[in-house]
Amino acid sequence: MDSFDKKISANEKTNRPDRVIPAIEFRDVHLSFDDKKVLDGVSFTVRRGETKLILGRSGGGKSTTIRLVLGLLKPDSGQILIDGEDITNYSEAQMMDVRQKIGMVFQEGALFDSLSVYENVAYRLHEQGVEEEEVESEVRRMLQFVDLEDAIEKMPSELSGGMRRRVGIARALVGDPKIVLFDEPTAGLDPPTARTICELAIKLRDLEDVSSIFVTHEMQNLGYLCSEYATVDNDGQVIFEQEGEKLCLINTEVIMFRDGKIIFSGKDEELRRSDDRFIQRFINGR
Amino acid sequence: MNPFLRFLSELQDITLMIWSVLVGLTKSPRYFKEMFQQMDLIGVGSIPIILLTGFFTGGVLTLQSYPTLAYYGGQSETGMLVTSTLIRELGPVLTALMVAGRIGSAISAELGSMVVSQQIDAMRALGTDPIRKLVTPRIIALLLMAPLLTVTADIFGIMGGAIAGNQIYGHDYNVFINSMRNGIEIEHIIGGMIKPIAFGFIIGVISCHKGLGTTGGTVGVGRSTTNAVVLSSIVVIIADFFLSRVIQTVLVTRY
Ligand SMILES: Nc1ncnc2c1ncn2[C@@H]1O[C@H](COP(=O)(O)OP(=O)(O)O)[C@@H](O)[C@H]1O
Ligand SMILES: [Mg+2]
Repeated sequence: MDSFDKKISANEKTNRPDRVIPAIEFRDVHLSFDDKKVLDGVSFTVRRGETKLILGRSGGGKSTTIRLVLGLLKPDSGQILIDGEDITNYSEAQMMDVRQKIGMVFQEGALFDSLSVYENVAYRLHEQGVEEEEVESEVRRMLQFVDLEDAIEKMPSELSGGMRRRVGIARALVGDPKIVLFDEPTAGLDPPTARTICELAIKLRDLEDVSSIFVTHEMQNLGYLCSEYATVDNDGQVIFEQEGEKLCLINTEVIMFRDGKIIFSGKDEELRRSDDRFIQRFINGR
Repeated sequence: MNPFLRFLSELQDITLMIWSVLVGLTKSPRYFKEMFQQMDLIGVGSIPIILLTGFFTGGVLTLQSYPTLAYYGGQSETGMLVTSTLIRELGPVLTALMVAGRIGSAISAELGSMVVSQQIDAMRALGTDPIRKLVTPRIIALLLMAPLLTVTADIFGIMGGAIAGNQIYGHDYNVFINSMRNGIEIEHIIGGMIKPIAFGFIIGVISCHKGLGTTGGTVGVGRSTTNAVVLSSIVVIIADFFLSRVIQTVLVTRY
């Protein structure tokens, strides 16, 4: 029921002016590595509570885009804004504060090998010097969210790929960041596990009012994220429902990268209707 | 990029890293736990190899120099020769080379694999400065442990020298110890402590820099590990020459 209350309060906030400021905004961002143009004039916004799916071939600059949001890289030109704050020229020390409100799920999980699952998830809290009791209850809550309480004592090397990814998600969600970045969280996972991860992303979007970027190149994920939503039923259980005739999801959009440019931006239905050869090949595989 | 420009840019990266370490020292959080872990790993973990290296180096010094000294009738000075050679040169340099091989490679392999598996990025994303969390504790641990390991090497070297002299040439222990006392001079001891501190710093900085600069996946980790060991060994040996000269001019007025 806790999450349900949050949803109502989130809806109330809809009219407040700070809702107008996008969570993430790229303005004409350019970036090259040596002579290779990776991003060539990229502009997009992620509104509050919105999920932006980024599609594109591998090597298309998707991870680079996410790294720019976190300030792990700096653009050659253009501006990047987080919650309306221009972070383009922020120093590493200033970025540390911005990063506190962003959670990042890395491509392969990027768990700390030398730390246990517990210590991995607790990492941020340990760094902040939070009391161990509080840390433990928070870690258990997060591991419950990703359904991995049993693995709490394990080391990362003992986990399967899907479990590593879920621990990575739990670690990213500690401290309830309002922005979450997913870098191909389902790559290389079996369909049911991939589905579980998409459900987590949907829950964050619909129940926790999280803004997110979700990088993927699997069309299945696009189907889940663009047509299903999470609500809480009368028993307090989270359920997933399909959008229908009357209700159409407006909090999820797709952008597609090609050669460092955005060649499509809009709803998934529009993407599927597009007659662009590149997009059709991406969707149908031929 | 041509080699000269690459050298300059690498030098710049190293300077910036040292600067961040120094700036980081003035602010909290300070990672004492990591530092003690590293001290244990570097110090306690290296004792066996340092002990063996020191012992047999001292032994071979006696083995080779005793006959020459005896030819001039100066065999009673063996202790002095072995001791001053160890304290001034071989103790610091051999310890540094062993530490470069054992610790330098471990540091750059660990940091390098953290880079390629995105753990460094994850650390930054979670709000930790990798320089402060990973580099500073390692460099400080090396600064503190290198002199201690060198002293260990010196002591076991002298023991090795004495034992080799006694067992092979029947050289009396008392003679060895008496002459050893003449070999220990305060300026050499100071010089012999300055060197390992400098070498520890060189090994730490180069290994951390090479590790954090890893590119190109697992192959890159192997490459940066090799580079770290080779480069820090060479720099140690070159620095040894110049440090010796400086110590000679500043501390030892006789020359
Ligand atoms: N640190 C880097 N140095 C040089 N080239 C890089 C670096 N990071 C990424 N690239 C290049 O940028 C391009 C985009 O990479 P990336 O954003 O990881 O693509 P993807 O869309 O698969 O996530 C690739 O061609 C990659 O080789
Ligand atoms: Mg990628």
